[in-house]
Amino acid sequence: MSGFFKSSIGRKYAMALSAFFLMFFLLQHFAINMLSVFSPDAFNEASHFMGTFWAVQYVLQPVLIFGVIYHFVMGFILEARNRGARVKKYAKNNGAANSSWMSRNMIYSGLTILAFLVLHFIDFWIPEINTKYIQGDMTGLLPNGEGFRYFEELAHKFENPLRVGAYVIAFIFLSLHLMHGFSSAFQSAGASSMRKEKLQLFGKVYAIAIPLGFIVIALFHHFNHH
Amino acid sequence: MNLTLKIWRQSNAQAKGKMVDYKVTEISEHMSFLEMMDVLNEQLINKGEEPVAFDHDCREGICGMCSMFINGEAHGPDRGVTTCQLHMRMFKDGDTITIEPFRAKAFPVIKDLVVDRSSFDRIQHAGGYISVNTSGNTQDANSIPISKYAADEAMDAATCIGCGACVASCKNASAMLFVGAKVSQYALLPQGRIEAVDRVQNMVAQMDLEGFGNCTNTGACEVECPKGISLENIARMNREFLSANVKG
Repeated sequence: MSGFFKSSIGRKYAMALSAFFLMFFLLQHFAINMLSVFSPDAFNEASHFMGTFWAVQYVLQPVLIFGVIYHFVMGFILEARNRGARVKKYAKNNGAANSSWMSRNMIYSGLTILAFLVLHFIDFWIPEINTKYIQGDMTGLLPNGEGFRYFEELAHKFENPLRVGAYVIAFIFLSLHLMHGFSSAFQSAGASSMRKEKLQLFGKVYAIAIPLGFIVIALFHHFNHH
Repeated sequence: MNLTLKIWRQSNAQAKGKMVDYKVTEISEHMSFLEMMDVLNEQLINKGEEPVAFDHDCREGICGMCSMFINGEAHGPDRGVTTCQLHMRMFKDGDTITIEPFRAKAFPVIKDLVVDRSSFDRIQHAGGYISVNTSGNTQDANSIPISKYAADEAMDAATCIGCGACVASCKNASAMLFVGAKVSQYALLPQGRIEAVDRVQNMVAQMDLEGFGNCTNTGACEVECPKGISLENIARMNREFLSANVKG
C-alpha cells in the first residue's frame, strides 16, 4: 500500500472515506438536534451522554476533528493541483452544458461550510470545552443547579436573527455541497453503476432533508424563544 | 451561412498566442466543421496568410485526431460526435463561433489548434496492452468462455479513440475517463486479468506523472465523450487500483 495515498486515486478514496464519516456524523448530529424540537429533556439527556461518555469524547471526537481537517486540507490541495493542471484557461467554457453547478463549485460551497464551522465552533464547541475541561465542570447542570444546561444554551444561541440567518445560509450551501458530494463519494469509492441510480436518489433526499431539517431546528428555536 | 470565427492563433509552442477574428461566407449547413475550416484556410492561403493548423485524419469519427474546443465544448455542441462529424447545421447564420485548442498542462499547444497528446501514448505504453505470444499456436477464441456482460462492457470501453475530449472538458483536466476505459477493456476479460495488477498501477502512476488533474466526478467527460464512454469505467479503475494495492 506504500504510496497509495499519494496517488490521485488514493486521494480520491481518502476524500470519500472522510466524506462518509462526516455524512454519518451529520446524520447523528441531526438526530440529536431534532430531539430539541420534540423533547428538551430527551435532548438534554442525549447531549449529556455525548458530552461526557469517554468513547465519544476521547475516541470519536478526535477522529471527527481529524476527519474535518483532513477533508478540507485535502480539498484545498486537490483544488490547487487541479487548477495547476490547466494553466491557460479557455476563453469560452460552457460548463453548464455538461455538468451541474454544484459539481463545479465544491470548493466554494466547501469554503462556506468551513466559514460556518468557525462560527459554529465559537458558538458551541469552544464554550463546551471551556466548561468541561478548563473549568472542570462535568455536571452538565445550569449555574443554579436546576436541571441540565444544554437545551437552555441551544435556545439562547438562536435568539439572534443574524446568527440564525448565517446558519440558514450555511445549511443551503451544505445542501449544495452534499447534492454532488454524496454520490461523488460513492463513485470515488468505486460504486458500480448498477447501484448508482438508487444511491443518487438517496443522496438527493439526504442532501435536501438533513440541511432542511437543521434549518427547521434553527428557525423553531428562534421563533419559540424570541 | 455567414459566420464570425474567433480562433486561437499561436505560431509555435513557445509563442504567446491570441484569439483572432475571421469571417467566412457561403458556408453550407451540410458541411462538416472541418470542411468549414478548410474553406477558411483556402481563403487565408489565397490572401497569402498562414492557414490555421488543426489536427485531422480519418474524418469519419474513428481516429481521434480532430480536437478543437468549440463554443466552450470539446468537439462542439453536438453529442456523441467528433469535430469531423459535427455539421454546420448545428449553428445558425450570423453566429460567432469560438474555436480553441484542447487546454491542459499535459496537452501543450504545438501550433494554433494542434496539441501534443503524446502523454496519452506514454500512459498506454505504461500498461495499456496484453503480452501474448502469437507465434502460430494461438488457441481458439471460443475455448475461453466470456459472459455477454463482460464482453459488452469491454467492447464499450475499447471504443475509446483517445481523442482527449475528456481531459479538455474536465474542469480539472483529468485523464481518468481515458485511463479508466483503457484499464477496463482489459480488466474485464480473462486475457487481461493476468497483468491487471501491474497494469493499473503503472498506468495510474504515469497518468499522475504527466500532470493531469484529479477527477472530481463532475461527469463532464462522459457527456462530451464522442464515444459515450461511461463514468463506470472510472469507478472500475478505482476498484482495480485499490485491489491492486491491497494485493501488492
